[in-house]
Amino acid sequence: MQSFEWVDAESVEHAVSLLGEGSERQPVVAKAGGMDLLDLMKNGVMAPRRVVNIKTIKGLDGVRFDAKQGLELGALVTLARLSREPEVRKRFVALADAAEHAATPQVRNAATMGGNLLQRPRCWYFRYDHFHQAGGDAVERVRSGENQYHAIFDNQRTVMVHASTPATALVAYGASVELTGPGGKTRVVPVSEFLLPPDMKRSTDTSIAPNELLTRVRIPAPAAGTKAAYHKQGERESYDWPICDVAVVLRMEGRTIRQAAIAMGWVAPTPRRAAEAEKLLVGKTLNEELARQVAKAAVNGATPLSKNAYKVPVLEAVVRRTVLAAAAA
Amino acid sequence: MAPPDDDSVPKPLLPQLSRRAFFKGAGASALSATLAPSAHAADPSPPVLGPEPAPLTLSINGRTVTVQADPATTLAELVRNHLGLTGTKIGCDRGACSACTVWLDGEVAASCMTLAFDARGRKVTTIEGLAKGEALHPVQRAFVENDAMQCGFCTPGMVMSCAALVDRNPKCTLDDVKQAVSGHLCRCGTYPNVFKATLAAAQGGGKAKGNT
Ligand SMILES: Cc1cc2nc3c(=O)[nH]c(=O)nc-3n(C[C@H](O)[C@H](O)[C@H](O)COP(=O)(O)OP(=O)(O)OC[C@H]3O[C@@H](n4cnc5c(N)ncnc54)[C@H](O)[C@@H]3O)c2cc1C
Ligand code: SF4
Ligand code: FES
Ligand code: FES
Repeated sequence: MQSFEWVDAESVEHAVSLLGEGSERQPVVAKAGGMDLLDLMKNGVMAPRRVVNIKTIKGLDGVRFDAKQGLELGALVTLARLSREPEVRKRFVALADAAEHAATPQVRNAATMGGNLLQRPRCWYFRYDHFHQAGGDAVERVRSGENQYHAIFDNQRTVMVHASTPATALVAYGASVELTGPGGKTRVVPVSEFLLPPDMKRSTDTSIAPNELLTRVRIPAPAAGTKAAYHKQGERESYDWPICDVAVVLRMEGRTIRQAAIAMGWVAPTPRRAAEAEKLLVGKTLNEELARQVAKAAVNGATPLSKNAYKVPVLEAVVRRTVLAAAAA
Repeated sequence: MAPPDDDSVPKPLLPQLSRRAFFKGAGASALSATLAPSAHAADPSPPVLGPEPAPLTLSINGRTVTVQADPATTLAELVRNHLGLTGTKIGCDRGACSACTVWLDGEVAASCMTLAFDARGRKVTTIEGLAKGEALHPVQRAFVENDAMQCGFCTPGMVMSCAALVDRNPKCTLDDVKQAVSGHLCRCGTYPNVFKATLAAAQGGGKAKGNT
């Protein structure tokens, strides 16, 4: 890892002004937990001239719930805290479970909510500096290469998938991020729009600007009768990156489903809503047979690559089980 | 889990390196490669540390130390190379095997993915700090008694995770132990004995605190 300059940010404004001084030749990057940044720097994929430590900013690690405003998470809240926080456990169980099943206990103690959404893809071609040289783009190599963990939907332009698993739950809950730029100007963007299809030629896979800080994540207060479930499917039970993960949020009236959100991670460039499958649920009472139809609809139209067709039945099973688990929650 | 603050130990101060000191210390070439000083309104602006080594102060196993390290130094490198505490092992160097586990303010951390500067002013406990003099931590003793290691490379990290668990939750269950070591890779496959040892240490109820 190449050395760099280090500045402790004193405030959001200070960090934004420091980040604004960066350029392509003299990159300035923010560092929260550093769990993604260090990996990319060690692999030679990133070599910032200056690192702005945002962990020193006060007031960005709050967790607040309000019946009207919903949940507000500071960008520096760690995944470990998110998984234990009573308000999150109680009202947003799919997010708490997603945080609990991400990475290792050691990583969760450092990894932050903001950094998690801003991490780059885990694609092994992406993580290898060789494929970045001369403005390289590994997409075509992945297509004919080692693509067992890549996208099975929407994979014409890119085959890489976004790495964040909490993002899957955030998309199902209709969460937004708050971005703060120069002059303290903020904008709020739904997570589903914030995440962009990964691209090796860009320096981010989100719509954040170089001189913006992700300051908060917001989730609307759940309506009465909201039930949810999350499942991350790996190759083994101890920590691993997922084959796919699924978050389901249902609004029920008695046993009747009034609204449904099914988000699927690690199967498309960004978390994918199973829109057709969701429609099948509305107005119905869930049973095994309906769950089966819903899961089938969720994988409809998949276009797997040379080595990842196995992901289709895995995803189908995980959707079926997670929908059932949500209704029974 | 972190022991109470000991006021007899002076609180380490964050290194205060002025911009002037930084420019004086930096060679001409390094200087020209440096970004323009930031035009931040708050005066004096916070120091720019690095890319050359700069002093940082942290507590290691109960001792406050000040070390010179460049900002790209990881905590694992700092304890091994700068402080000679080679009990902490580096396996993957990517956060994926947990061999390098230490405690940061009493919580498990992957020291290979933690920048040394992020440990400024904090309490670091390594495997060397777990025993109380000659008295091993109950988890260390239980690892020996239950043959919970083979080649031993993953062992210091495993012990740090299991000791953190037993200190926090002496009533821990098998599932808790599995969860605590879920990030640890043991190539020799010692997991069953690691589980046995940790549960034995918990049941022994011994809570010998290390010098954190
Ligand atoms: C072994 C292992 C397993 C893992 N498994 C999972 C998993 O299952 N699921 C999952 O989701 N993740 C997983 N991760 C990834 C991990 O969760 C992320 O690396 C971590 O959440 C990143 O957060 P951070 O705070 O460390 O970010 P950093 O590394 O500090 O930052 C990441 C990026 O975001 C930028 N940044 C950070 N915060 C801000 C901010 N507030 N505003 C603007 N820019 C910012 C940084 O400049 C950097 O580009 C795993 C990681 C490891 C090492
Ligand atoms: S022990 Fe297994 S995982 Fe580790 S290097 Fe050997 S083959 Fe690979
Ligand atoms: S060496 Fe740090 S996690 Fe593997
Ligand atoms: S004892 Fe050899 S790696 Fe665990």
